Amino acid sequence: MRGVRKQFGATVALQGVELAVKAGEVHALIGENGAGKSTLMKILSGAIPADQGEMSLDDNLFQPKNPLEARRAGVAMIYQELSLAPHLSVEDNIVLGMEPSRLGLVKGKEVREKAREALAQFEHPEISPEARVADLSVAAQQLVEIARGLVIGCRVLVLDEPTSSLTRKDISKLFEIINRLKSQGLAIVYISHFLEEVKQISDRFTVLRDGKVAGQGETAATSINELVRMMVGRQIEQLYPRSQRARREPVLEIKELAGWNRLESASLVLHRGEVLGIAGLVAAGRTDLLRTLFGLERVRQGELKVAAYLGPASPARRWQQGMGMLSENRGGEGLALSLSLADNLTLSRLSGFGPAGILFPSRQNRATQKWIDELDIRSQGPEQRAAELSGGNQQKVALARLLHHDVDILLLDEPTRGIDVASKAQIYQLIDKLVSEGGKPKAILLVSSYFPELLGICDRIAVMCRGRLAAAHAASEVNEHELMLEATGQVEAV
Amino acid sequence: MGKSGAGAKTFRIRKWVNLLGPIAGLIFVYLLFAAIGPESFHSARNLETIARQTAITGTAALGMTLVIISAGIDLSVGSIIALATIVVALLLRANVSPLLAALGGILAGALCGMMNGALITRLKVVPFIVTLGTLLIVRGAAKGLAREQKMDAPLSWLNNLLAALKPEQKWMVLPPGVWSMVIFAIIIWMVLRYTVLGRHIFAVGSNESTARLCGIAVDRVKVMVYALSGLFAGLAGLMQFSRLTIGDPTVALGQELDVIAAVVIGGGSLSGGEGSILGSMVGALIMTVIRSGCSQMGLPNWVQEIVTGAIIVAAVALDRLRRRRIS
Repeated sequence: MRGVRKQFGATVALQGVELAVKAGEVHALIGENGAGKSTLMKILSGAIPADQGEMSLDDNLFQPKNPLEARRAGVAMIYQELSLAPHLSVEDNIVLGMEPSRLGLVKGKEVREKAREALAQFEHPEISPEARVADLSVAAQQLVEIARGLVIGCRVLVLDEPTSSLTRKDISKLFEIINRLKSQGLAIVYISHFLEEVKQISDRFTVLRDGKVAGQGETAATSINELVRMMVGRQIEQLYPRSQRARREPVLEIKELAGWNRLESASLVLHRGEVLGIAGLVAAGRTDLLRTLFGLERVRQGELKVAAYLGPASPARRWQQGMGMLSENRGGEGLALSLSLADNLTLSRLSGFGPAGILFPSRQNRATQKWIDELDIRSQGPEQRAAELSGGNQQKVALARLLHHDVDILLLDEPTRGIDVASKAQIYQLIDKLVSEGGKPKAILLVSSYFPELLGICDRIAVMCRGRLAAAHAASEVNEHELMLEATGQVEAV
Repeated sequence: MGKSGAGAKTFRIRKWVNLLGPIAGLIFVYLLFAAIGPESFHSARNLETIARQTAITGTAALGMTLVIISAGIDLSVGSIIALATIVVALLLRANVSPLLAALGGILAGALCGMMNGALITRLKVVPFIVTLGTLLIVRGAAKGLAREQKMDAPLSWLNNLLAALKPEQKWMVLPPGVWSMVIFAIIIWMVLRYTVLGRHIFAVGSNESTARLCGIAVDRVKVMVYALSGLFAGLAGLMQFSRLTIGDPTVALGQELDVIAAVVIGGGSLSGGEGSILGSMVGALIMTVIRSGCSQMGLPNWVQEIVTGAIIVAAVALDRLRRRRIS
């Protein structure tokens, strides 16, 4: 791709971008959210045209008019959100859109052979050609999607954040497969936020910043710190701020809590003025713990005390008791995307904008504007739809809901997942400010899969593994390595 | 960028532009029939007739708008209208005062709606199926109560609710039934804009999980919405009774589709979170203008049906196209 430029209205999304990927190499494409990675890949896949510049594939000029043409030419995209038909079988999905057929009748045998051939490379235990895609794990679904790319004989494979919902084990399996495909001569573009993975899997890299190339080179010769510097263009000192904090009285106490979900047993005490981190792998039961605490899922057994209130309660009650929760699933649960910022931000507490039951939109907007200013939410005002904001700003809206409600106990589930570095830094600052505030500091229970973040922002960290929460460590006394061992069940917690 | 007052203004303008579509559509169909239709179409008298004919669909559309905003659907309103005419006729025949008979009809509708809401939230069955069931159940109940016959009722002032105005009543401008629709439309519009309940209805329709996370009593909101839909269907049934002056268990067959069409033409989205009262009222008017225009031009019934169907699809397709352009 040479000299690619794309403009949306007055915004230049890409400018003079050059990207060359050789056959048999893994090329990492990295950059903050909004740096232009997705736009570039959309142009590559034919979803949108470039305003300027040209692309070539195997020395031939490549000008796809639509995604189908690009696929035929050999460019396969595997997006973050998978695009499989969940009710169909694995083999039907693999050949979808190019079923071998005669007179409109699908040739069942050929379908199966083609699919088997593509799947043979993966040797994944879960995947059998007849299995329904909806019954597979995310990791297995992803492989099915890659198999679909292989069936059409792709030359270029683009993987967009392929590991964001995979476990450690699945990631290493995926990497094995990527390496095998690489040795077969495929050109692979690997987009990721996880720089450790980029180091591990890629041969060369391109960093995008503000629609321009900010750096290119051999991955092995570049340190993670250098990559980060290229991505943000400035040194982020103090990514994890830490003011003077003082631990006060306990506000949340649970003892051997179990739910009807993955949560087997959790005991903890959360105090005002501290951030308690819950570490662990995906599906370890961390989200289940928060949901059970918050009354979104039922308690099976165990003791539970929120402020002065004993026992389980509904979400409505929890809000009243001064507890708020930030969902890990921003679009699916955290926000009602078709509603305005004002409605989203104030939804849990609509009282106070008029006499009982009545609500004056002007007052609601005024309250919202206050949070927009305070949290630096980039928007066109309180009446803008939440769907139109970037991920980082959406997350700030979801977080502002808890502040608007003025809760004392904040349950934050992956508060910085999938958002840009600048927003992340702002959220860390906010968390720090909330627990250190002069008069009445808050208490924060923070779930995260990203260990450096937990180590940077928390006072104590407890690890969850297979539904069981181990005793908390002081954050200053553990390191990433130890947390990982505990999270993968290598060490029994002391 | 954060504190631009200009931003707020753009959103207000955008909101009005959203409504402009249906209103432009209404003006267009009206002018169309005024141009190609007979002289009588744009008489003041015909305008009054159009208003009267809109009252039934329009009243039921008030409740349907709430249901559709909450991402639900209510297929039982046609049957509830029929049941309400029977209940009113039965009560009048039992020498109950007309006012109580009217309230009885409305209450019967509200109870049917509550039943819908309770079934949907307790059994966790989707609204389409539940109300498809109650469509048959309520229609059956109406027929049973009426012994499968039309049911005469003694004369009362209820018959005048939606009748053409007599010369000495001209000060009212429009019949009381039309006024009731207008007044309730204003009330429901205010409920949606200025009350906590209104916001909760939008929230449940836009994203039920978010509503639950924010502590909204989702089930209670749903029961409320279906009860209101039933209540307004009952009120529409009272209007229907007034027009027929008898109870008829077979009346308003398929009327729910007109009502849903009115809401959708007015900008309601079947996936929830969107819809407006003013839009639904305009949608109901568009439907009546088309009917009235076609019949005044002497077009046979089958042509009317084809035209109406085509206009529903075209109106919604245009609306979606316009929205995509805006965003």
